[in-house]
Order: sequence, then structure tokens, then C-alpha cells
Amino acid sequence: MTTTSQDVERTRQRSHVNQARLISRVSRVRESGLLIALIFIIIVVGIQAPRFLSVDNFVQILLSVAILAIVAVGETLVVLTRNVDLSVGSMVGFTAFVTAYFFKELPGINLLLGILLGCALGLILGIVNGLIVSFGRVPAIVATLGTLYAYRGLVFITAANTTSQVNASDVPAGYLALATTQILGIPALILIAAIIAIIVGYFLRSSHAGRQLYAIGSNPDAANVIGIRKERLVFGAFAASGLLCGLAGVLWGARYATVDATNATGLELQVIAAVVVGGVNIFGGSGTILGAVLGAIVLGTVENALNILNISQFWLQALYGAAIIGAVVLDALITRWLQRTILARRKKA
Amino acid sequence: MKKLFQTLVPGFLVFSLLLLAACGGSATGGSGGSTPSTGTGSGSLNITFVPKQINNPYFDTAASGGQQAAKDLNGQFKQVGPSSANAAAQVPFITSLTQQHVSAIVISGDDPNAVAPSLKQAMAQGIKVVSYDADVAPDARNIFVNQADSEQIGRSEVDLLAQQINSTGQIAVLSAASTAANQNTWIGFMKQELAAKYPKMQLVKVAYGNDDDQTSFNQTLALLQQYPNLKGIISPTTVGIAAAGRALESVHKGGQVALTGLGTPNQLRQYVKDGTIKGFELWNPANLGYLAYYVAGLLAQGKIKGNVGETFTAGKLGSFTIAANNVVLLGPPTVFNSANIDQFNF
Amino acid sequence: MKRLRSLLFTWETLLVLLLLIGCVIGSILSPYFLSGFNLEYALPSNIMEIAIMALPMTMIIIAGEIDLSVASVLGLASVTLGFLWERGNPMWLAIGAALLVGVVAGYLNGLLVTKLALPSLVVTIGTLALYRGLAYVILGDQAVSNFPTAFTNLGFGTIPGTQFPWSVLIFATLVIIFAVILHFSRLGRQLYAMGNNKEAARFSGINVNRIKLILFVLSGGIAALAGIIFTSRFSSARPDNAVGFELDVVTVVLLGGVNIFGGRGSLLGVILAIFILGVLQNALSLVNISGDIQSLAIGLLLIFSVLGPNIARNIQAVIARRRFAVGSSKQA
Repeated sequence: MTTTSQDVERTRQRSHVNQARLISRVSRVRESGLLIALIFIIIVVGIQAPRFLSVDNFVQILLSVAILAIVAVGETLVVLTRNVDLSVGSMVGFTAFVTAYFFKELPGINLLLGILLGCALGLILGIVNGLIVSFGRVPAIVATLGTLYAYRGLVFITAANTTSQVNASDVPAGYLALATTQILGIPALILIAAIIAIIVGYFLRSSHAGRQLYAIGSNPDAANVIGIRKERLVFGAFAASGLLCGLAGVLWGARYATVDATNATGLELQVIAAVVVGGVNIFGGSGTILGAVLGAIVLGTVENALNILNISQFWLQALYGAAIIGAVVLDALITRWLQRTILARRKKA
Repeated sequence: MKKLFQTLVPGFLVFSLLLLAACGGSATGGSGGSTPSTGTGSGSLNITFVPKQINNPYFDTAASGGQQAAKDLNGQFKQVGPSSANAAAQVPFITSLTQQHVSAIVISGDDPNAVAPSLKQAMAQGIKVVSYDADVAPDARNIFVNQADSEQIGRSEVDLLAQQINSTGQIAVLSAASTAANQNTWIGFMKQELAAKYPKMQLVKVAYGNDDDQTSFNQTLALLQQYPNLKGIISPTTVGIAAAGRALESVHKGGQVALTGLGTPNQLRQYVKDGTIKGFELWNPANLGYLAYYVAGLLAQGKIKGNVGETFTAGKLGSFTIAANNVVLLGPPTVFNSANIDQFNF
Repeated sequence: MKRLRSLLFTWETLLVLLLLIGCVIGSILSPYFLSGFNLEYALPSNIMEIAIMALPMTMIIIAGEIDLSVASVLGLASVTLGFLWERGNPMWLAIGAALLVGVVAGYLNGLLVTKLALPSLVVTIGTLALYRGLAYVILGDQAVSNFPTAFTNLGFGTIPGTQFPWSVLIFATLVIIFAVILHFSRLGRQLYAMGNNKEAARFSGINVNRIKLILFVLSGGIAALAGIIFTSRFSSARPDNAVGFELDVVTVVLLGGVNIFGGRGSLLGVILAIFILGVLQNALSLVNISGDIQSLAIGLLLIFSVLGPNIARNIQAVIARRRFAVGSSKQA
């Protein structure tokens, strides 16, 4: 190797390191920014409507985003690898329907068995996604757009051949209680979501595989060169997303109690909104579980605030859209600003 | 070789999905039996239902009534439709039924006007059109089989709720889609009834759950937060009332905030038993389907012309008269409560 | 011989084959499939909005971007049209305003993508929600339906002497224009260059940002046109018009052989794919298979359209390697 090409290689590596540092700084700025935004919203709405500030109301907000947050955690894993999973709504819908139907047919069955069944189903769907993407080499957006349709079709076929709807009186009370019981005064739903976020967050930060996920996302080609088994990790991310969707489906059935074939339609939009607002880079490589969960909480708080302030429901979707765009615009501006300050500092030195 | 294997595996998986779909397809498609009927008139009856949405328990119950009527009239029964409630999605099915020259189309219009042009096209080809559940534009159908008088529904809902909350306090409505024509008509009559009879009851908000479990559920919780003194909720849609019941239960407000509306007994059995819902009402959807099929059959056979004032007998349901605007009225809705709910299974 | 074989294995030939198979199966399954009314009227009228929106989408995806907000722009344009007409404005004004709304919506997409260098995937997911939301804000719980007959004929009437709906004429005109631009103009070549390598395209003097902005404006305008056709076909302006159509549009473009990462694809392939989707939906609804199975079929078709060639390529590679191995062992 000649010296010039070595230099080129070295500068490329250095710029790459800087890029990674920049990205991690962006996400740090983003998370604290998100927290400030959240506090700001809470104060402003709280002044307008003191009712908003009750503990009960905050518990309600957390409850309403718990399932969304679980799905968003799985989506974050996928997005980190520079992929996207659009089929989450259909996966939640499928597992919720099948689990509820399972409990309807076998009401005496052990609760844990039903939960495991839902998770296993989600895992299988996620594995199919992963196989198509990482080994069939179909771009994730195409593959999961396809399975978004296909899995929803499966729900309809299942419903057509079994029952069109599972009602609250059809399933055992123990199953429905999943969504209403409290452990040490905290609703179980919130606890489950928190535990999952902590486990996955810890895994991402501390495990070898977790750091490799970031490496794949920030530079897939380089990741291949340094011996990361990209296919396996991407496959794993999709499988994990499926598994978490399976769990979310089980909880969905318990929370809403009435489950039909259209349940959780369009959930993917909310999930992606949460992930993007939470500062996870849609082109992979940066973002944290904490960010994604915060994103979900911010969206839930905004929705709750709209209702409390009695703003027409028709504005809700427009605000979701504005939140996504605002978040990515903010990302771009912060990145530019950081880049500029780093450059300026280097020039001084 | 390994690469080949790696690509073949997902291929195989997707292929097996396809096979599964084919099985499912033949299972649902085959249930109707799709032999084309030869011409209309005296031949065998070939009537197809187009509900707002398939796999919807309410419409499935109505379909079971239609099937019963098909047996009584020696005709064929089929049901096709979109998988999500959407007017645009109904049109391709109407067009394809027109081409198949079915004897009659029985439709619940998602948007009264959006389906009108294609229904007129069907009528121009000699196909009889009967609307049920939700009417379409009057010139795009022969007869509307009305489940219950809109005015009666709107007013009786308010009366039901008034009994439960002593005719005082704040109330809210949880509707379906904001554009649903029948919902908006009922809500209009609810407002009239409130103004006329219940000065102490105050309608504070109409929320829209879009006939979606999650949205309805969240909207109910939002109502409770916005109006801490809310005394009652009316949800004149089967999806909405079930989701509202679950939402009240989840925040332990069942019984404190009264809930009534339109729902099926199977859906709401749980909430009636645990006291979340004291009473609600609905017509029998199976009877609605039965009557709609019967009317369509008689029209196709030429036994009735569909003129105002004509009287006919609809099998087990007895005799009916075609009223103004070519409407046939099924009759008053049934009120369900803890005393009688176990007698019903739909 | 080699050229013949390469012609036989192009994606377009495969699509033609698929279309023929679809038609044969359709005519076997239903005696009404081959009727003039079905092929001239029922089949095309139901997919024309998707077909029209697929044309600019083809260009955008070839240039390496994506526009997921098209169906929402359609809805917003439809609502604008209805809103203005209901308040007593003349029809031409309402139509003009609807088109303008589409252009502005597309311009906003383009600005966000070019000025801030944001990924179009995220921007248009955001505007997908934003534009649909605005449609709800404008019309709320109302639906406008009392349009004049002259207007509804645009969507529902047929070209005199035939059974073709008017929208087919609009589509055909647009196809010619788009085909000329994409395959016979400098702009077209620049689009492919952008999709293949953005940096290289920029260095070779292509004004990448200006072209992208034009593409998004075009996509918004065409989506508004589709909204006008949609409104006239159903004589109904509602905020939820054409919800979810963006998936169909993207499906059609990808099935047509356009690479999702840009740089490859042809308009011919997309047009063939449009008709395959049309035949599929039409045949399935003629044999009374409901919407659920149709969505499953569309999803599988989409996955296979990319997975299929990948598998074929791998099989070919394996065969070639074996042949090579056999050949070299003979030599030894």
C-alpha cells in the first residue's frame, strides 16, 4: 500500500470517527431537548388547565403510550440498522386477534401459555420479515410494506374462518386483568413497558451485539469489512421487533377487550412518529431507546393536552404530521450547528 | 450453494403464505357458490349483500338473517365487500356484481352519494337495489329497509340515558366517523330531544371514535378527563359503545358514568353484568338482514313493484307496508338490560 | 442468440407474461372478465387515480427519492374542491384552487427535502399525516356531494362512442408526456444519473436540488389532479378520500421493476404493473373474493417482485459456478 492511499484511509477513518461522535452528540442534545420540550408542554398546558397536572392524568398518559412504546422499542432496533419495519401494525393486529381467540376457545388455559403463544407468533412473523430482508436481500421498506398487506390479509382470513370478533365476555377475566392490575400501585402495563425499555436499552449500550447494530447503521459497508455479520444482526433486529409486536398484541387484546380483524390498523405511523420524534436517525446509526420512549411519551402528552384543552379532534392528525416534520427539521438544524461549532473550534486550535 | 439456500428459504416461506391464502380464499369464496344466474325474473334468485365492511359482527349477524331468508325463498345468498369501511372500496364490488347480472344488490351505503352512480348503472341493467342499515341516495335504490326510524332512535337513546342519570348533568356523544350520515342524523334528533324535554341535561361534546377500538377507547378517556363532572355517554355505534365500556371499566368509572347506545348483546354482555352499562338498545340485525333479502327477492321476482303504499308479507316477520320515500320500517328497537340480555345471542 | 435470451429475461417481458397469465386465469374464473364493459370500463376506471399518481412516483423513485404523501394530497385537494364549491364558488375556481393546493403541498415537500437535505421518506411520512389532518380540519364531519352533472361526468361518463371513462384519456395523455420526458429527454437521463450516484450527478453539473423540487411539485400537482378525478367519480368530497392509496402507488411502481434505491426502471414496466394490479383486483372481485384476500395478494406480489429476481439471479449464479467447476475439472 502506498503512503497516499494510507493517508486517505486514515483520514477517512478519522472523519468517520468524528461523524460517529457528532451523531452521538446530536442524540444527546436531542434527548435533553425532548425533555425540555416535554416540561414546557406540561407547564403551558398546566397553566391553562390545572386538571392536566394531576398524578392520575400522568398515569393515564403513560398507560395510553405503554403499548406504543413497546412497539417503538422494537422499531428502534430495526431503524438503527438503517432499515425500517412498516409491518408492525399488522403484526400487533394478528397476534392480538389470535391470542384473544385462543383465550376464547380455551378459557381455562394458563395465562402464561397464551402470552407465550402471542410472543411466539410475533417472533415467527418477525423472522419471516428478517429472512426476506437480510437473506432474500429485499429492501426493508419494500419487504415490510408487502408484509404490512400480507399479515393484515392473514388476520382477515383467520377472522373469516373463525369468528369476526372476540368480545370482553368471551375471554377469561385473568387475561383482561393484565391491562388493569396494579403492582405496588403502578399499573402493570406501564411496568412491563418500562422493564422492556430498560432491558433493551441496557443491551444496546453494553453488549457487543448492541454496539454492532449501531456500526451497521452508521456504515454498512465498513461494518462488513471489519467482520460484523450484518445479515445475522439485521435478521435479529427484525425478529426482535416481531417478538415485541407479539407481546404488544397480547397486551392490546387485554387493554381494548374487543378485538376484531381491523385492530391496530395504522399503528405503524404512530410508531415511526414516536421513533423519529425521539431522535432516532431514520438512516440508522444513532438514537437510543430512551429517546424513542420519550418520543412516544411526548406524542401521548400532546394528544392528552389537546383533549384537555378541548381542541378539536380533527387537528390531531395534522399535529402528528407537524411533530414528525418539526423533529426532523430540528435534527437537521442541530446537526448543522454542531458541525459548525466543531469546525470553528478546530480552526481556532 | 449456501447463498442459494439462503434465498430459497424466504422464498419458500412466502410461497407457503400464498398457499395458505389460496386455501383461505377458496374457503370464503366457496361459501357462496358463484354459479352465474341466467337472466333475471322468474329464475332462481341470486342476491348479494354489500355491507360497509366484511368481518364485522353486526353485518355478519345481518348476513345470517339474509341466509335464512334465502332458504325460505329458495334463492342464493352471497356477501362481498371491502375489508375496511370505505365508500370508494365498495364501488368495484358493485360494478362487478352489475356485470354478473345478479338479481338484486342489497347494500349498506358507506357514503350515500359516492355509491349512487354505480348503483344507478346497476339499476339501468335491470338489477334491483335495496339499501339496508344505512341508506343511499333515494334515486339510486328501489327500497330502503330501515332498521328503525332515525327520529325514534335519536330520541329513545336520550330517554334511556335520562332514566339512568335522573335527567340532569353533562353528557357526551361518542360517534363513529365524523362523516357517517346515519350517525349525524341520530345525533341531530338527540339534540332536538334534549332541547325539548331535558333542560337540565347538557350535551358538552360529540367525540368521534371512527369505529376503531383504539380511537374510541382513547376518546372515551379523553371525555372523562375533559369533563370530570360527566354523567353519561351515548354511543350510537356498536364499536364505540364496546370500547367505551372497556374504557370506563379500566379507570374504574363503571356505574359512575352512565353509558348507553347501540350495541349487540354478545359484545356488551360483560359490561351489563358488571354494571358498567345499565341498558342499551338495538334492532335485531338478523331480522334486518332477513327483511332486506325478502324485499329484494320479492322485487326481483316481480311480486312487488316497490311503490309507496304497497303491502306485502315477509315470511316469518309478518306484513309490512312501503312508506313514504320507498322506505320499509323494521320496527321498534329492543332494549337490553341485565334482566333480558341472556335471552339473546347475536 | 444472446440478445434474444437477454430480451426474454427482461423484467418487462416477465410482466407481460404475468399480465397474460392474469387475463387467462381471469377469463377462466369468470365469464364476464372478457366482456367489453369489464375491460373498457370497470377495470380501468377503478385504478385510474393510482395509475396517474404512479407516473410522477416512477420519476421520483428513479431519482432516488420517494413521496408517500400522494394519497393525502389527493384527499386535501378533494376537500378543497368540495369546500369551495359548497360555498358558492364557480367550478373552475374550485378546480383551480384544488390544483394549486396540490402544487403548494408538493412544493413544501420539495423544499424540506432540498433546502434542509432531509430524507424524503421521513418528510413525506410527516406530510402524509399533516395533509390528511388538514383535510379533516377543513371539512370536519361534512361531506360535499352536490356537484354539477357536467363535473361528475368527467369521472363517471364515458368517451362518446366507446365505453372508456374520460380518465383513461387523461391517463393516456400523461403517459405520452412522461414517457417522452423520462426516456427521450436530457431531464430523464439526469434523473437516472441522480438515482445512480447523487454526488457524481452533482459534479457533472446537474442541478440536483432544482430537479428534485420540480419532481415533488409535479407529484403534488398530479396527485391533486387525481383528487379531482376521484371526487368526480364518486361525486363526493370527504376528508378520508383515498386513504392508504400511497401503498398501492408505491407497490405498482416497484412491481414495475423500478429500483427502490433509484437509478433503474422504465415507464413501460410501471404501466404493465398498473394493469396487472387492475386485472388482479378486477378478477378477484368478479369471482366475489372480498377485499381481505386482495390485500394479501397485493402484498405477496410486491415481495415477490423483488424476491423473485434475487432468487433467479442466485440460481443462475450457482449454475454458472457449477458449469465453471465442471469445465475446469475437464481441463485438468
